[in-house]
Amino acid sequence: MLKVEKLQSKLNGKLILNDFNLHVNRGEIHGLLGENGTGKTTVAYLIMGVNNYQPTEGKIIFEGQDIAKLSVSQRAKQGISLAWQEPVRIEGLRVGDYLKLSGNNLEIEQTKRCLRMVGMEPAQYLDRDIDNTLSGGERKRIELASLLAMHPKLAILDEPDSGIDIISLPLILNGIAEMSKQGSSVLLITHNEKVVEIANRVSVLCAGKIIRTGVPLETSQWFKDNCRTCVHINEPEEEDKKL
Amino acid sequence: MISYSIEKEYQGLVDAYEKAGGDRSTLLSKEVAKLVIHENKVLGVDGVNGIQIETKETETGVNIYFLVEEGAKILRPVHLCFGILPQEGLQEIILKVDAQDNSEVSVIAHCIFPNAVKVIHKMDADIEIGNNAKFDYKETHYHGDFGGIEVIPKAKITLGEMAQYENTFRLIQGSVGTLDFDFEVFSGARSVAELIAKVYSKKDDVIKIVEKVHLNGNGARSLIKTRIVLRDRARAEVIGETYGNAPYTRGHVDCIELVNGEQAVAKAIPIVSVTDEKAKVTHEAAIGSIDKRQVETLMTRGLDENQAVDVIVKGILR
Ligand SMILES: Nc1ncnc2c1ncn2[C@@H]1O[C@H](COP(=O)(O)OP(=O)(O)OP(=O)(O)O)[C@@H](O)[C@H]1O
Ligand SMILES: [Mg+2]
Repeated sequence: MLKVEKLQSKLNGKLILNDFNLHVNRGEIHGLLGENGTGKTTVAYLIMGVNNYQPTEGKIIFEGQDIAKLSVSQRAKQGISLAWQEPVRIEGLRVGDYLKLSGNNLEIEQTKRCLRMVGMEPAQYLDRDIDNTLSGGERKRIELASLLAMHPKLAILDEPDSGIDIISLPLILNGIAEMSKQGSSVLLITHNEKVVEIANRVSVLCAGKIIRTGVPLETSQWFKDNCRTCVHINEPEEEDKKL
Repeated sequence: MISYSIEKEYQGLVDAYEKAGGDRSTLLSKEVAKLVIHENKVLGVDGVNGIQIETKETETGVNIYFLVEEGAKILRPVHLCFGILPQEGLQEIILKVDAQDNSEVSVIAHCIFPNAVKVIHKMDADIEIGNNAKFDYKETHYHGDFGGIEVIPKAKITLGEMAQYENTFRLIQGSVGTLDFDFEVFSGARSVAELIAKVYSKKDDVIKIVEKVHLNGNGARSLIKTRIVLRDRARAEVIGETYGNAPYTRGHVDCIELVNGEQAVAKAIPIVSVTDEKAKVTHEAAIGSIDKRQVETLMTRGLDENQAVDVIVKGILR
């Protein structure tokens, strides 16, 4: 469904990703593990096309089409969406209306269902604004609910677990599982090796590229053993000095 | 003959109100207190228990005395309707409000100028809210698209001890024309004042909003909240002033102006000052184009850019 090939990204002249390859299959939850600053959000932005991010090299193929030149709206209409690591606040936009527009005029009963799937009581939240009166964790869960409402073919979740406490984490994981059950493929970005246990496959990002892909338990164990102590976290190698 | 013409004008206003999205039944219901004024003619006055409304037509408008009796708690909002239906006209409203001690009322004012080409609507209000009284005033304007209108509301508001006053001014529909808004509040001890203004300006609209609060009584609190969206060549200047003159007073000035047009010009001048060391007054003002991340977030949900901007603008003006 998604094939990212030989992707390179430079931000302000600094190489962030180089020779980055990633395949997300239809119906799978694909975990993307990486330490702070390895370029996970950069990957998410490049696939979604936000923040003016453009690959300096490589291809982003979604359902057979290179989408690297499409606008954000066009990509969303093709079926890609992003739950942001730090979701924005919008004054005066009610939670209910945010979910409604996310689901292209979704019915109220369905928006309630989406909130329940991330463990939020609809009566308590539908009329709240998604402004800065919501706590960080609440806003993150609403971001997830928004993607449940939208029901994209590919959901990119940028650290849905960060800022979520230990009690709410199972609710978030439940929301992600529901998303997958609904038929969305999921690119699950995180640095928490516990979270990727719900994935079908996991890839590890380091030094600007995917250095390993495999089954969750084994791959996250490898990540723990190797990446936690690794020194070249976000220093992609130029062509001549390979890892 | 006269009553026939009043009936016709009344219907005309109600129609215009409904066309602008209002609920016609509220203006026709016998159970709500209301006052309907077209140009300088009083078309209807209905009081309810606890409220007295006296009017006097003048050459250019109407003088209104609005009394909420001591201790009266008015259950249903009082509706005021001010309108000018022809393309030209002048309407000067002189309003005296006396909300006596321990009274409670909420007033909804509809200002309807759907066809204005050369219309002036002026209001001079002297509002006195008694001790422990609650007065909630919401004014919504329905303008046509031509923009040939000058709206000049001025008010002086005096709040007794523990009085609660909330004023919401909304001018979202149609062209603003020229708005010259000037409200000044004098707050008594432990009173609460909230001044909210929301304006959507387009084309060559010119907006000036001055809101001043003098926190003169111990523990008085206030909030001035202004939200302006500017398009095209619209210009706006917002001056929010709060003076903490007594101990434990708290005031906040909060202004956001969203500029969505290359030639639009926005200005915000917050003035906060304290003359008592135990007073605290704060302000925040943000002027700028629409936040790109907000737009992009909505675009990731499938909205195109214009739709996204629309949602953000509606939100800020809601
Ligand atoms: N505009 C920029 N110019 C230069 N470097 C940048 C720019 N934006 C991001 N970076 C760098 O790119 C690297 C990758 O950032 P990114 O946000 O993708 O990391 P991340 O893996 O998502 O980290 P985190 O776990 O903290 O969310 C970081 O080292 C960051 O400092
Ligand atoms: Mg990140």
